[in-house]
Amino acid sequence: MSHHFPALLVIAPLLSAFFISGAGWLNRRFCLPLAVASLGVAGLSALSLFWRVVQQGPVLYRLGGWDPPWGIAYAVDFLNAPVLVLICIVALLNLWASHRQVEEQFKEKTGAFYTLYVLMVTGLLGITVTGDAFNLYVLLEIASLSGYGLIAMGEDRAPLATLNYVYMGTIGACFYLLGIGYLYIVTGSLNMADIARILPGLYENKAVLTALIICLVGLWLKMAFFPLHVWLPNAYTFAPVPSAALIAPLMTKVMVYVMIRLMLTVFTPGYVFSTLGINDAVVWFAVIAIVMGAILALGQRDLKKMISYIIVAEVGYMVGGAWLGNRAGMTGAILHIINDALMTLCLFLAVAAITYRMKSYTFSSLKGLIRKMPFTMGAFILGGLSIIGVPPTCGFFSKWYLITGALQAGHYGFMAALLFSSLVNVVLFFRIIEIGFFEPFNEGHGHGEHGPEPMNEAPLSILVPLWIVALGLVVVGVYTSEIITHVLQFAIPKAIL
Amino acid sequence: MSGIVATIIAKYNYWIYICLMMIGLYAMITKRNLIKKIVGMNIFQTAIILFYVSIGAKRGGTIPIIEHAHGGQSHAVEAVHYINPLPHVLMLTAIVVAVATLGVALALAIRIYNRYRTLEEDEILSRIRGS
Amino acid sequence: METVFSIKPLLAVLVSVAAVPFLIWSRNPNTRETWTFAAAFVKFGIVLSMLPAVLSGTQIVCKVAQVMPGMAIAFRVDALGMLFALVSSSLWIVTSAYSIGYMRGLNEHGQTRYFCFFALALSATIGVAFAANLFTLYLFYEMLSFATYPLVTHHQDQEARSSGRKYLLYIVGTSIGLVLPAMITAYALGGTLEFSTKGFLAGTGSPALLTALLFLFVFGFAKAAVMPLHSWLPAAMVAPTPVSALLHAVAVVKVGVFSVVRVITGVFGIDLLQSLHLSPVLTAVASVTILVGSFVALSQDNLKRLLAFSTIAQLSYIVLGLGLLSPKGMTGGILHIAMHAFGKITLFFCAGAIFVATGKKNISEMVGIGRRMPVTMSAFFLGSLSIIGVPPCGGFISKWYLVTGTLEANQMPILFVLLASSLLNAAYFMPVVYRAFFCTPEEALFENRVQEAPLFCVGPPVITAAISIILLFYPQPFFRLAESAVRAITGG
Repeated sequence: MSHHFPALLVIAPLLSAFFISGAGWLNRRFCLPLAVASLGVAGLSALSLFWRVVQQGPVLYRLGGWDPPWGIAYAVDFLNAPVLVLICIVALLNLWASHRQVEEQFKEKTGAFYTLYVLMVTGLLGITVTGDAFNLYVLLEIASLSGYGLIAMGEDRAPLATLNYVYMGTIGACFYLLGIGYLYIVTGSLNMADIARILPGLYENKAVLTALIICLVGLWLKMAFFPLHVWLPNAYTFAPVPSAALIAPLMTKVMVYVMIRLMLTVFTPGYVFSTLGINDAVVWFAVIAIVMGAILALGQRDLKKMISYIIVAEVGYMVGGAWLGNRAGMTGAILHIINDALMTLCLFLAVAAITYRMKSYTFSSLKGLIRKMPFTMGAFILGGLSIIGVPPTCGFFSKWYLITGALQAGHYGFMAALLFSSLVNVVLFFRIIEIGFFEPFNEGHGHGEHGPEPMNEAPLSILVPLWIVALGLVVVGVYTSEIITHVLQFAIPKAIL
Repeated sequence: MSGIVATIIAKYNYWIYICLMMIGLYAMITKRNLIKKIVGMNIFQTAIILFYVSIGAKRGGTIPIIEHAHGGQSHAVEAVHYINPLPHVLMLTAIVVAVATLGVALALAIRIYNRYRTLEEDEILSRIRGS
Repeated sequence: METVFSIKPLLAVLVSVAAVPFLIWSRNPNTRETWTFAAAFVKFGIVLSMLPAVLSGTQIVCKVAQVMPGMAIAFRVDALGMLFALVSSSLWIVTSAYSIGYMRGLNEHGQTRYFCFFALALSATIGVAFAANLFTLYLFYEMLSFATYPLVTHHQDQEARSSGRKYLLYIVGTSIGLVLPAMITAYALGGTLEFSTKGFLAGTGSPALLTALLFLFVFGFAKAAVMPLHSWLPAAMVAPTPVSALLHAVAVVKVGVFSVVRVITGVFGIDLLQSLHLSPVLTAVASVTILVGSFVALSQDNLKRLLAFSTIAQLSYIVLGLGLLSPKGMTGGILHIAMHAFGKITLFFCAGAIFVATGKKNISEMVGIGRRMPVTMSAFFLGSLSIIGVPPCGGFISKWYLVTGTLEANQMPILFVLLASSLLNAAYFMPVVYRAFFCTPEEALFENRVQEAPLFCVGPPVITAAISIILLFYPQPFFRLAESAVRAITGG
């Protein structure tokens, strides 16, 4: 049975989606346990696969027993094993934290919500585990469509924001499909390893270059790489918080994973970095992405929009790091996939707690929040420190590798952008801390007791997962060495220096 | 000159799908009506589907269905006589995806219409700002 | 030199962190204060227990976690770190007593929060003191920055808010913008971040690069208040006086200057700096800060701001001592970490006591206060003597060593700087003392109703002033530790 874990990863949530949908008709109370059970099965499979990869090396699974390149192959290696575990952990923690809000906000639509939720996780897991380029497109669209549904369930501006996301997301996925088509024309295969085997003889062919560029543009659209990011702020802001807390940490990061997968496995680093010669340009785009993300975040007046623009900057980190062309930069980019997912989850869960109590997420509703919701704000601050890059949280370590990579590649612009973004993040987060700490002002200097505001903390069902993630930021940070020496080191081919 | 024209004519399928893609993109970007944008999106997706299907075509190839002789004996199959079925298979999936996307987009358009009573993007934006 | 493995350094750091939950959930203020004292005494005890070993030449090491290939969170207790840890942990006990008097005397709000973040700040300070490598030092340096923010902005009013911004801008801005790239570059050059007695950057880069790196570090550690990155310190005086006393006279600023000392000795190494001829540069930068700081102090009316600028100048004495690169100079600089701490904290305690008793902050309003608060002002007098550097206070010893160090290093202009600044110190302190004690009854601004501040506010400055005097006659263990540290740096 354990032999089939790669398939179980995808099939368990997929099938349970049907059952949840049915349960939504019959008895709403079965939806959540079914969702938890299926995601739990997926999570256990992911963990066991991760363990097996670390112990024994990459795992190859043939769907239906058909050999590639005729059949679809699922391949779990050092690059996607941690991402699989990450997806399951994020999905489960978010379910735990958000289920109460879901039941209150979506009384009639509980079944629909959980169905879409589980389908989205199916899609994300499938994208990560598949070794077939077209299969990736299919699962990408599964994830995207369920994502559209999840986001559209939000407040009144959500449908319009979703529709704009639909346009851009579809273009992105179609570009990816087109690129795969080009690759199919020149190689005759859809299996990633197979394509990688056939391509080296064809590097002079313009079609290969076009394929790579088109695929990249498509992926950049889906991961919100500046200037193709315009769908992201509105989509994440108007989405209901339970959806945003699932989609924001995962969707863009999994797209980054796909990009890195294409770079490392399909097109191989030799071609991407030396034959192509566009990495410098891409890193400069990343610099602009980081700077613009930081500047735009400064101008926002509500919490979710601000975090969305921070995500845009973080995507810039990852794309820039991957395209620096050296080991340190690539390590930083892959490490940042894990770290950024956790940091974003932490921030969005904190926003979930704040919205639960305050019913609003604009800055003006944050007054005096540190006193009213100390635990929530404590975790929020910890997440903020990680985004700023303060040791020993995980954000510091990926920044370390990214800056080291920038120095090694001689790309001082990228390093300057990273430092600039850190400083802007200090301003962003301390602005919120100031509002939570200082306002509302009392006349006088606050000697003696102001009528103490009663503490009005969020319920434990949100606080416990929130703090698990917040503490996880520190734990993952301290364990960076383990992660790198046992896992990430092997994910990057020796060809990159 | 004639060489270029010959190339264009020989690869006419690519030019068709490029034109369709551009039409679709143009509609998505410049049109203000939500339905027109959705139509443009669909044209865009269809163009790609056409592209894939066209690459499977072969001169003189026939439909890729294997005919069995009565009595269950099968001939040796020579792939060169049949057009490539794989792109068709892939595109079945892609068509389904396109239809699903279309469904989602139209459902969203209906919700937007119920909320704002219009399908023109600029009017919607002004109503959002106004309200 | 042997090394011993022990968990004590980690315990010393964690003691006050462990106390925080108890502080938060104390039922009444007295329990809370008891926990603070308990933590302070335990911390001091652990630090003290490691003293004999360090004095005999052993180093105590403790590795906490390997966080990246090639980099770990680790502690190493050597003479230099022990000196700093002793100073800060002992003064925490005294400051806790003072805090009780001050906060209760003014009926301040948010006292639990205050004591909790104080405990965290002290944890970070000891962490910096015992850091074995630059990464651990940076980690605790950052922790200190964020732990002290709620303390600086304690009053939660507009002024606190803008001062807090300035604080963050200068301290976090430099640590992320200057120290972080410098640290990563140093790691890339030297392959390690472990402090070693000869530094690890020798021969790894061009002189221009290494010089630039040194400047990034010296200015990046803005807590050392080297000009022009000093403005945060006067701004931070909006904090309650115990905060200013311990943190901005002892812990925060000393962390900054300690980090600079560690970088000079453990990362670059004396030999490298000498070969790069950076001694005159370092001493020049320090001298500017000393002179300008002293001059500006002359013009201040607000007592705490005057003390702030005095601190800025005094910190650069330490940088100056190290910059001389001569054994006596470095001994003087390191010793000054201790001497200045005891002297300055006395002065801040007195300023706070005056505020609690009379509500006055400006010197011009303190005429004749010596008659009403003789104990406080006497302590103030003794503290200022230590800062000026004359007997019978311990500051004399460190000044003496700095002067002889200048002669040893043959940098005569610096001698002039030292003498001039001592005169300036006298020039801004003595008038305060004079006008407090000697004035006509008409000029006296106080009625008989003004009395000494509460015991918990007056006791601590008396204690620290007494220690300052004792240190002149018996400067151990600080002197031995300083000498031991310099011996390790110069290699015998």
